[in-house]
Amino acid sequence: MKPVIRFALDSFLYLVRGSARYYAWLMFLGFLMLLMFYGAFEQFTKGMIVTNYNDQVSWGLYEAQFIFLVGVAAAAVTVVFPSYVYHHKKLKEIVVLGEMLAIAAVSMVMIFIMFHMGRPDRFWHLIPVIGIFNWPNSLLTWDVIVLNGYLGLNAICGFYYLYKRYTGQEVNKLFYMPLVYISIVWALSIHTVTAFLINTMPSRPMWFHSMMPIKFISTAFAAGPAMIILAFLAIRKYTKLKIADEAIETLAQIVTWCLGIAIFLGISEVVTELYPATEHSFSLQYLIMGKHGLSGLVLWYWSSVLFLLAGFFMLLCPPLRKNHKFWLPLACVLTFAGIWIDKGMGLVVPAFIPSPVGEFSEYTPSAIEIINTLGGWATGLFIFTLLAKVSIGVLLGELKYSEDEGWSPSGEWEPIVHSNEEVYK
Amino acid sequence: MLRTDGGNVSEITDKDKSNEQAGPEGNSRREFLSKAAKGTVAAAAVAGAGALLANSDTAEAKASWGEWFQKNYRLMTDEEKKESIARLEKRYTEEFGKKTTVDGTPAQEGVLFGYALNIQKCIGCRRCVHACVKENNQSRDNPEIQWIRVLKMEKGNFLAENMDKGYPDPVGIQVGGNAYQNAGVTLEGEHYYEPEQVPEKGHFYLPMQCMQCEKPPCVKVCPVRTTYREPDGIVVIDYNWCIGCRMCVSACPYWARRFNWGEPNLPKEEMNPNTHYLGNRPRMKGVTEKCTFCMQRTRQGRYTACVEVCPVGARKFGNLLDPESEVRKVLEKKRVFRLKAELNTYPKFFYFID
Repeated sequence: MKPVIRFALDSFLYLVRGSARYYAWLMFLGFLMLLMFYGAFEQFTKGMIVTNYNDQVSWGLYEAQFIFLVGVAAAAVTVVFPSYVYHHKKLKEIVVLGEMLAIAAVSMVMIFIMFHMGRPDRFWHLIPVIGIFNWPNSLLTWDVIVLNGYLGLNAICGFYYLYKRYTGQEVNKLFYMPLVYISIVWALSIHTVTAFLINTMPSRPMWFHSMMPIKFISTAFAAGPAMIILAFLAIRKYTKLKIADEAIETLAQIVTWCLGIAIFLGISEVVTELYPATEHSFSLQYLIMGKHGLSGLVLWYWSSVLFLLAGFFMLLCPPLRKNHKFWLPLACVLTFAGIWIDKGMGLVVPAFIPSPVGEFSEYTPSAIEIINTLGGWATGLFIFTLLAKVSIGVLLGELKYSEDEGWSPSGEWEPIVHSNEEVYK
Repeated sequence: MLRTDGGNVSEITDKDKSNEQAGPEGNSRREFLSKAAKGTVAAAAVAGAGALLANSDTAEAKASWGEWFQKNYRLMTDEEKKESIARLEKRYTEEFGKKTTVDGTPAQEGVLFGYALNIQKCIGCRRCVHACVKENNQSRDNPEIQWIRVLKMEKGNFLAENMDKGYPDPVGIQVGGNAYQNAGVTLEGEHYYEPEQVPEKGHFYLPMQCMQCEKPPCVKVCPVRTTYREPDGIVVIDYNWCIGCRMCVSACPYWARRFNWGEPNLPKEEMNPNTHYLGNRPRMKGVTEKCTFCMQRTRQGRYTACVEVCPVGARKFGNLLDPESEVRKVLEKKRVFRLKAELNTYPKFFYFID
């Protein structure tokens, strides 16, 4: 049997074996995904009227997730870059996990794009040759290119690396390294293009400023590694893969500095807009203080500010940052949540309030939107769990190609994944 | 000068408020709970993929399949255009129970359509809004779609008693008490006004619709080029090619584009059977639409519905390339402005005062 097929079969067998906790986690995510299938059915049959989108606020919860998750995907570079440019040994060992996170995040992005579209059945109109691809005019087409390219790059790099480890071979550097360097630059491009997608519309003054791309990247490189740290801590706790403190510390420093820059950019934006307080700052005024009696996002905004500042100060103190039991995870959760608000609902929704003719109206997501969003995240976490499990198996050497001719799929059916007691340490 | 007698709006039921969708949401939430309880979730998921295309009505289904595979209208050969139009005519005739024609008249040589609106004359009666809906087959309710919105503007109201009631400024910067009342064309326009009589005292009106920009931001951002500018200057949408991404809705600085959030509700008896492929033919859910200068009329040498219905003659329409046209005379003789001119979109919809 060819090693590639053996790899696929072995991975599958490795995936279906796991602890009760592993299954419970997957079933929980599966339940949310089932709910999403129902929500998708409702939305795709009845139209977007099942959402609370309207003529005034025509983008909402889905686009918020889309923008935020592009950032999470781009943040894989915070693992890849130190590994291959600074030869950070401890990160290099587990770099494939970052790539797997990128694959999962881009998958989520695709799901939210499907929910975003009014006619997902006409998706093929976007495919070059059989459809019309308005490139280079439309920035959305640029986004399609960079996102799919990024997915491809990470899938190739990640699976090629895993396969080579699985068969016990060295990676071919002439093939592998150029792809790695391209993917580093490409990661920046996906978030830059996503920023260009929305900041090139003068009709929405809140988005219309040149700080958007750098703010996107700095917030992404804070929220993304924050999520990666949480994933790494969970992996350390629940699997045998011992991710080094040094790797986590490097990521924590990246979060700290990028978060600091993001906060600085946030302050710059607020001062620039609110000091002269022109009509163009109405959206920001609505977000921060409420306007015309509407204040739906004010609490969200200030929680975001609080989360980000608290997270930043925790990360700034070395004793707290190095406390992997409580303070670091807390700071990461705060950073992640703060930026999820800041770059999600706090960015997408107020840009539509007021509308271009000056109308103020509020938007709250509908139940269908919420279950579809939860389901989208659950799908991404599901994909990440599976990808991470295979990666961990390969990294630990539990998934390994053997020359043994007597190999059969049912041959060595023994539990390999670690009981819950067998935690790290 | 202003004919206020024609301004009674009591018969007009302008219940637009297109952001009010409380009804359907309430329903969907209840439905969701009951359906989930019945365990139909998984079945629903399986059916989800096919449901977009499947239709119980076979004649309609056939047309849907044909439409689904057709090319973008702009790129069709004449043969394909004919075929597509025939398919639509058959379907609409059957669906609405009346002989429906779908016109495919292309732009005429030497014609560039332009519009001029006299804000000094407009009385805000919204007859144009409703004539437009009737002519152009918009969804009547849930969602209710209107292509023209009339903004009510404050003429300005400066009060002597506000003289000293400045901004409570802790740093001692003087802000006059009248500073927080807008006057004139501002980003504070009100378009839900429902008075007994129009025009209202102290106000003027600013109708807005698609400006048919010469440099339309909506066309630039469209990822599938379903919206484009025709040679006579009208920005059109091929409803069958639109993927519903709403980039154009976000990019339009004039709030001129409308999205079919649900399946449009167009009662058979109210359907206008004289349609144009790129204009007022019935739309489907999930696509964008907007004013097309009534191309089903204007390409046949008629006026738009809004021009025809305006009781005060505030609306002027014509060929910008014809020096004798009314709209050109307006540009020559009146004081003219464009909305948001600083965005360099170059609208062909002008506002003027006498």
